[in-house]
Amino acid sequence: MLYAVLCYNDESVTSAWSKEEDDKVMRDLTAVQRKYVEAGKLGPVARLLPTTAATTLRHAAGETIVIDGPFAETKEQLLGFYLIDCGSLDEALDFARELSAANPSAGSYEIRPLSLFKPGELPS
Amino acid sequence: MTDTAWIDLALVSARPHAMGALLRYFRNLDMAEEAFQEACIRALTAWPKSGPPRDPAAWLIFVGRNSGIDKVRRQARETVLPPEELLSDLEDRESELADRLDGSHYRDDILRLLFVCSNPALPATQQIALALRVVSGLSVRQIARAFLVSEAAMEQRITRAKARVAAAGIPFETPDAADRAERLAAVATMIYLVFNEGYSAMNGPEGVSADLCDEAIRLARLLLRLFPAEPEIMGLTALLLLQHSRARARFDAHGAIVLLEDQDRRLWNRGMITEALAMIDKAMRHRRPGPYQVQAAIAALHARAERPELTDWEEIDLLYQTLERLQPSPVVTLNRAVAVSKRKGAEAALALVDPLGERLSGYFYYHGLRGALLKQMGRVCEARVAFDRAISLATNAAEAAYIRTQLDHLAAETDLAEEKQ
Repeated sequence: MLYAVLCYNDESVTSAWSKEEDDKVMRDLTAVQRKYVEAGKLGPVARLLPTTAATTLRHAAGETIVIDGPFAETKEQLLGFYLIDCGSLDEALDFARELSAANPSAGSYEIRPLSLFKPGELPS
Repeated sequence: MTDTAWIDLALVSARPHAMGALLRYFRNLDMAEEAFQEACIRALTAWPKSGPPRDPAAWLIFVGRNSGIDKVRRQARETVLPPEELLSDLEDRESELADRLDGSHYRDDILRLLFVCSNPALPATQQIALALRVVSGLSVRQIARAFLVSEAAMEQRITRAKARVAAAGIPFETPDAADRAERLAAVATMIYLVFNEGYSAMNGPEGVSADLCDEAIRLARLLLRLFPAEPEIMGLTALLLLQHSRARARFDAHGAIVLLEDQDRRLWNRGMITEALAMIDKAMRHRRPGPYQVQAAIAALHARAERPELTDWEEIDLLYQTLERLQPSPVVTLNRAVAVSKRKGAEAALALVDPLGERLSGYFYYHGLRGALLKQMGRVCEARVAFDRAISLATNAAEAAYIRTQLDHLAAETDLAEEKQ
């Protein structure tokens, strides 16, 4: 079984870390990851930019609307995620629009740019 | 990080929420501050035992409010006048608390708090000082250091600002849409001023003010979380991030200024640049350009250029023209002249710069740029006069030292020319 480990924290705290504090946290996290990378157990690792950089495409009543910020309703849960390489936000929104057209239910797609990505590899 | 460092961080980040709510409740900055301090002291003893509360801001508001009320009651027994009228809605304490857990309520509280500090009755320096004290919670000593004044002078400045705010009266009702737009603009300006204070003080003694820049960015992000769909706040945040991303490259090992085109671009903070570029991308989708967005777009073009010669000066020139329309100012035109000099040469730029002389005669950068352009054109004597004028207007040692280097170059060139003759 593959597991996703999703990181949650108070963003107003983490985005107020100084460069030195942030570097230290990232160094310590990398040290943890290394062990699992060497064992061939760790897949991609990504760090998201702050929620202020987020855009949400919401799909409701056959229409999609684009709003700023992370606005998933609290009754919605995170069900999965995609990583896609796009040249612009508009391109990423087009992708999300196609997804929402293919998915008949209401719901939201939050687009959060990444600040860090390590591909990682798992034995197939 | 030490064991209690997380508490400090949580207190700092909850401060604007909690102070905003306490100010609304007590309607008095000093009382709100005292209540917040008291709540922080209790947090320092309670949290290590019980762990962090789910919502630190709500915890601090609740505890702070109760301690404030206790204090008022104690004083009420000691003094003759009942101070009840100082307090609003004492009865429904619980439902009030529940209210405040609602993000939209926090939003107005924080905006009000920021707005109080950017009160137009206060001069800009007092607005900044007050915001740093009340919203950011910096100590008077820290603020005094950042402003390069004595602690006593800063204490007095803040006290005077508080008195003025109290005299001017604070609007406590929830602002309507028009009011809110006006407040947002005032608050954005204040955050920008805090940043600039840090940015220009960085030219002075080392490390004094990087903190102020960080604090301004923190406040801008906070404002953007409260108003995620305001393109100008996105622009402001992006602008501050882009300016600050170059902090490590702006000075050499001896503290001398390194011009943008000479900076080691590997020292630029890529994380900040990426975040800013994502933000501008978002802002542009609104098709409501404003001065902060345009300035951020200009800074972004510099950030996108891997080498100085790849800078898109034509686009920068166009953006400055847009900025001239949105926010006409001789300083904007002066900045555009730099882009024009890159595109069309020093002569064309000088034609743009010279007419600004009357309004910018007391401005360091006007004479600095004029000197540089004249130097490029080989008009050595006039360049020297311009640089001399710039030196006399320098606001710090690094600026003066930079111009002195330019004068030395001029002197060396003249000597060389004389030797050849």
